[in-house]
Amino acid sequence: MQQGPEENTVLMDVPWPEEPPVLGPGQTFGSMTDTIADAVLTRPIGLGWLVGLAIGMGLVAILMAAVTYLFLIGVGIWGINIPVGWGFAIINFVWWIGIGHAGTLISAILLLLKQTWRNSINRFAEAMTLFAVACAGMFPLLHMGRPWLAYWMFPYPSSMGVWPQFRSPLVWDVFAVSTYATISAVFWYVGLVPDFATMREKASHPLTKKVYGMLGLGWRGSARHWKRYEALYILLAGIATPLVLSVHTVVSFDFAISIVPGWHTTIFPPYFVAGAIYSGFAMVLVLAIPIRHFYHLESMITMRHLQNAAKIMLATGLIVGYGYLFEAFMAFYSGSTYERFMMQNRWFGPYAVFYWSLILFNLVIPQVLWAPKIRANTRWLFLISLVILVGMWLERFIIIVTSLSRDFLPSSWGHYVATRWDYAIFFGTIGFFAAAMFIFIRIMPSISIFEMRQLLPESEVKAK
Amino acid sequence: MSHAQLSPAIYGILAEFDSSTDLVYATKAAYAAGYRKMDAYSPFPIEEASEALGFHKSRVPLIVLLGGLLGGFSGFGLQYWINVISYPLNIGGKPYDSWPAFIVPTFEMTILFAGLSGVFGMFALNGLPMPHHPLFNVDRFSAVTRDKFFLCVEAADPKFDLVDTQRFMESLKPLSISEVPH
Repeated sequence: MQQGPEENTVLMDVPWPEEPPVLGPGQTFGSMTDTIADAVLTRPIGLGWLVGLAIGMGLVAILMAAVTYLFLIGVGIWGINIPVGWGFAIINFVWWIGIGHAGTLISAILLLLKQTWRNSINRFAEAMTLFAVACAGMFPLLHMGRPWLAYWMFPYPSSMGVWPQFRSPLVWDVFAVSTYATISAVFWYVGLVPDFATMREKASHPLTKKVYGMLGLGWRGSARHWKRYEALYILLAGIATPLVLSVHTVVSFDFAISIVPGWHTTIFPPYFVAGAIYSGFAMVLVLAIPIRHFYHLESMITMRHLQNAAKIMLATGLIVGYGYLFEAFMAFYSGSTYERFMMQNRWFGPYAVFYWSLILFNLVIPQVLWAPKIRANTRWLFLISLVILVGMWLERFIIIVTSLSRDFLPSSWGHYVATRWDYAIFFGTIGFFAAAMFIFIRIMPSISIFEMRQLLPESEVKAK
Repeated sequence: MSHAQLSPAIYGILAEFDSSTDLVYATKAAYAAGYRKMDAYSPFPIEEASEALGFHKSRVPLIVLLGGLLGGFSGFGLQYWINVISYPLNIGGKPYDSWPAFIVPTFEMTILFAGLSGVFGMFALNGLPMPHHPLFNVDRFSAVTRDKFFLCVEAADPKFDLVDTQRFMESLKPLSISEVPH
């Protein structure tokens, strides 16, 4: 986006001459309202949607079965051992929570930066955040061994007279992730209230009307209400911005505060945050490309959005690449035998194939995004996003498994292999995420209607 | 005044407009004519509309600030009380009051309290949830969630007069005018 001569023109979005527009032509307040709301209210349930939901629910069933067995037997059914006590549970936790970060980045940081193109993708990106955080949150709970005692992590006056130990980054994580989940949920809901009011007026079935009416809280678009609403919305964005950066920073502290080789490094917080945004935008594209195609939203989620997301992936991917480079550099520069061995172990050790695939997936393949032709091709973007998602998962695997399996004492080295239960729970959460997204796009407006109206030039008050 | 008392009690008179520009100019005109108990309604936020109503400042930022301060102080206080007074533990010889380690939960509690008090504060100040409102008695008003703009001068305004106000609203050239029954 190019900045026009006045402050106002930033809002009005002046694209570069060859850039695709943020909004397709011929839209009015009414037509946008209809397109978005009718996708929920009048569109019949399609076969594709049913099949997608069925696959998601099938994986959820596997998740339930695996979790039941886990509760019966214990974490011994997983591949974790001594020394690799973290395994899939923490890999998946870090991966999922990172995916959630793009949603907050789009809804909060881009709002503060007045990037109005975000208006058509923020709603489902926020939903993506919520579901990703829900998936992430499952793993530490399941990993505890006795998840029914999860509330012990919170400071509450117990009859045992014990309290959490606040010098531990694992307790910080409890605060960071639960705050992140809560703030993401209220931010999402506050954004939905005016749209629920629209749905209330548009719905024809009395029960649907009632449900949307309750969710819409009786919103009536009063100017005084809007004023307070806008004040709150921008403040929530303002506090969600440091929050989202803090969450992955705290997650990286789980590693960086320890003394394990390959973990004890100061580059972790920015490197983790960049990686989170990288994988998050990849997930945004994986969701946005099919949604705009199947729900015919090409005039609202335009090529401009996809290209901007691709550019952000390119930038954050390079930051992540810088992280890989400096991890290696510091391992040798530090002069520490253990750090140096850790790096050689990653390159040539038992997990080397994962390391080199991660370099290929995260660093080499995404460089094709430099080509404008690739950025303009939805199929390529979809494929590259999937590659990045796999690459980021491998990165978490490498960080956790290579460092833990071979640390200081060769006599206590081990080897980690995931079991079928590890995979069942991991793919189960992917199913949960998919099923939640499928349900979400059927029952809620997946694009923010009231924010889309503000993109129309007619929304501006003109001098008479 | 006498006229308004004789007629059946109504909530106000509602005028419908086609654009945000018309709404803002109508609101300005009504404010200039001395009406104060009125409100503008629109499908998306219009900064100029609340300005035209003379509603310049909301108390939401103050509530967020107070909530944040409360969360921050109580978060730090909780950790200090637990790790220094109630349940002191020697962790690697670190001081009981390891305040740098308490910063992360303090920060998260600040954000949590600021955000939640802002959300509940905003809805409370707006008087929401309020599923029933006299305006919903007017069928045309449902377009406020779609593409129409409304100005309602309420009967509670001291300057309100059923005939005069209606005549004034007609002078604003709206799309339609309706009485809003209670």
